[in-house]
Amino acid sequence: MTEQSSILVTLSASAVRSGTILLFPTLGEIITERSGVINLGIEGMMIIGALFGFITGNLTHSPYIGFLVGMLAGGLTSLIHAFISITLRGNQIVSGLALTIFGLGLTNFFGQDWINKKFTIPVSSIAIPGLSKIPVIGPVLFNQDIFVYFSYILVVFMWFVLFKTRTGIHLRALGENAQAAGAMGVEVNKSRYWWTFFGGLMAGAGGAYLTLVYAPFWLDGITAGRGWIAVALVIFAMWNPLYAVIGAYLFGGIDSVQFQLQASGTTIPSSLLNMQPYLMTFIVVIAATIVLRKRHIGTPRELGIPYSREEK
Amino acid sequence: MKRILSIVVLLCFASAIIFAGGQKEQKKEQKLKVAFIYVGPHNDGGWSQSHDNGRLYLQKQIPGIETTYSENVPEGAPAEKVMRDYANQGYNIIFATSFGFMDPMLKVAKDYPNIVFEHCSGYKTAKNMGTYFGRMYQPDYLAGLAAGFMTKTNYIGFVAPFSTPEVVREINAFTIGARETNPKAEVHVIWTNSWFDPVKEANAANTLLANNADIIASGVDSPAALQAAEKQGKYGIGYDSDMSSFAPKAVLTSRIWHWGVYYTKAVKEVQAGTWKSSQYWGSMKDGIVSLAPFGPMVPDNVKQYVEKKQKQILDGTFDPFMGPVYDQSGALKVKKGEQLSDTDKLNIQWFVQGVVGSIPKSGS
Repeated sequence: MTEQSSILVTLSASAVRSGTILLFPTLGEIITERSGVINLGIEGMMIIGALFGFITGNLTHSPYIGFLVGMLAGGLTSLIHAFISITLRGNQIVSGLALTIFGLGLTNFFGQDWINKKFTIPVSSIAIPGLSKIPVIGPVLFNQDIFVYFSYILVVFMWFVLFKTRTGIHLRALGENAQAAGAMGVEVNKSRYWWTFFGGLMAGAGGAYLTLVYAPFWLDGITAGRGWIAVALVIFAMWNPLYAVIGAYLFGGIDSVQFQLQASGTTIPSSLLNMQPYLMTFIVVIAATIVLRKRHIGTPRELGIPYSREEK
Repeated sequence: MKRILSIVVLLCFASAIIFAGGQKEQKKEQKLKVAFIYVGPHNDGGWSQSHDNGRLYLQKQIPGIETTYSENVPEGAPAEKVMRDYANQGYNIIFATSFGFMDPMLKVAKDYPNIVFEHCSGYKTAKNMGTYFGRMYQPDYLAGLAAGFMTKTNYIGFVAPFSTPEVVREINAFTIGARETNPKAEVHVIWTNSWFDPVKEANAANTLLANNADIIASGVDSPAALQAAEKQGKYGIGYDSDMSSFAPKAVLTSRIWHWGVYYTKAVKEVQAGTWKSSQYWGSMKDGIVSLAPFGPMVPDNVKQYVEKKQKQILDGTFDPFMGPVYDQSGALKVKKGEQLSDTDKLNIQWFVQGVVGSIPKSGS
C-alpha cells in the first residue's frame, strides 16, 4: 500500500468513529419524525446523554453502563418534549428549541464538578475475524469499537422494522395520516410517545459515545452543535436509516478531508475549507428537496401536527 | 459649670461623629472592589479558567479587597451592559478578559473616568483604560526546543484556532525552537477556525497523526488533541494550563498563563495611586507566562538544554525572534544581530521557515 492510500484508510476509519457521534441521533430522529413528531432538541438530549453517560461511566468504571445510562438520560429528556407536543399539543418547534436550551443549562449546572475530569477506561477496537482482512473496507469498517458495531446493527434492524414489518407500517402511518392510523387501531399518542422516547435514547447514545469514547472528558457545551447537524442529516437521509449511514460518515469525514488538505500544505484558504460542512448542508438540503419533490417520498406528511381524535 | 458640661458633651458628640465618619471613610478606601468579565464559564478548563485562577491568586495576595466575576458574557452590547452595571455598583477596577470586549469597554470607560478599566489582548486604550497581555511566545519557543529533540519523524503537528497575530506568533516561536534543535523538523499547521470544538480538535490531531506526526502541539483550549495523541502512543504539548493530567503519557510540557501576577500588580498600583494607563506585555521574567514541568518521558539532556535557554530569556540576553529569521519562502526577514520589534511581533502575519501551512487571509 502506498503512503497516500494508507493515510486515506486511517482517516476513513476515524471518519467512521466521528460519524458515529452523528449516526445515533440521526437514526433516532428519523424514527421520531416518521411517527409525526419533530424534535429539534437533539442537541439538548445529546449533551444530557453526554454528561450523565460520562458521570456514570466514571462512577461505575464501565463505559458500557455509562453508555446505557447516557441513552436513558436522553430518553427521559425527550419525554418533556413528548408531553408538551403530544399531550398538550403545543408548538413542537418551540418545545424542541427550548429542550436544547434546557439541556445546555442543565448540564452546565450538574457538570460543574466534572469539568476537566476525564474518563480513563479505553474502549478498544475489535477486529472482526475475516471481515477485517478485506483490503480498505476491512480496516475502515471492521476494526472498530463495540459501539460502532452496535450502530451497524441498529441501522439494519431499523431499516427492517421500518419497511418490512407491521410495526413499521403503523409507525409510518402515524406520520403520514394519523387519523387513518387511529382508524387502523393504532394508539396514536401512546405510539408517538414511544417513538419520541426512542429518538431521545439515540440522541443520548450519540452524546455518551462522544464523552466516553471519542473525546473522553467533560467540558461545558462539548457537543458544540453536533445535534443540529443531525437534524440536517435526517433530511439528507430522506428519513431512511440506510442513507443516514452515508450522511453521517460523510459529515464525520468532512473535517478530515479539509484538515488533510491543510496538512499537505494546500493554498486554499482554510476558512473556505472550514465552511465545507455548512456548504454541504445547504447543497444536501437543496438536492434532497428536489429529489423528494420528484419522488413524493420523504417528509412525513403530518410531521409536527398534533393528533386529537375529535378533529376530523 | 453647666456651660462647661454642655461643651464637653458637645465635644464628645462632635468627636464621635467625626471619628465615626472617619472610620467609615477609611473602610471605604480599604475595600477596593474588583470585577472580572469572562467570555466563557469560569471553570472552562482553558482561557477563562486561567483568568479566574488569576482572580483567586489576587484575592489571596491582597485579602482586603472584594472580587467578583461575570461568566459567559457575550462579546458586544451585552458586555457593555455588564460593565456599566459594575461601574454603577461602585466597582473600582474592571478587568475584561476577551478580545471582543475592547470596543464596549472603551465606550464605558469614557463615561466613568474615575474607574480603572483593563482589557486583555486588545490594542485600544484611554486615560483610564489600559491593556495587558503576556509574551507567550517565550514558552512557545522553549516547548519547540523540546519538540525538536523528541520528534523522530520530523513531522510536528500544530492544532491552531484562528489566525490572529497572537496565534501566528506562537506557531512561529515554536517552530524557531523546533528547528534550532532539529533543522529537519517541520511544523504542520491545521486551523480549526473555532475557539472551542473538541471533536474538531480531535479530528485535526488524528489527521496530523495519520500523516506521520509524532508530536501534537495544541493552541486550542480543550485537551482533545492531546488525548488523541496519547491514544496512538504519540506526544503532545499543552496550552493554557498544565495539561498533563489529561494525557499523562503524552504531554511533554505545557505553556501556561499566570494572570494573577499582573492582577496583583495592577491592583497594588491602583491602591497606591500610581496606576497609569499603559500597554502591558509581560514576559517570563515577570512571571505572567511559563513552561510547565516536563513529563517523565523527557530525557535530562533535553531538560538541561531548555533550561539553559530559559535562563538566557530570563536574563534578557536572548529572544526567540533574534535574527537571522527567514520566512516560509526563504526570504530573510530579520537580519543577524537584529531583533523583531514589538510592533512587528504584535502584528505578525507571516510564517517562519519550517512551518507548513498557510495563514487564512482574514483572521478570526
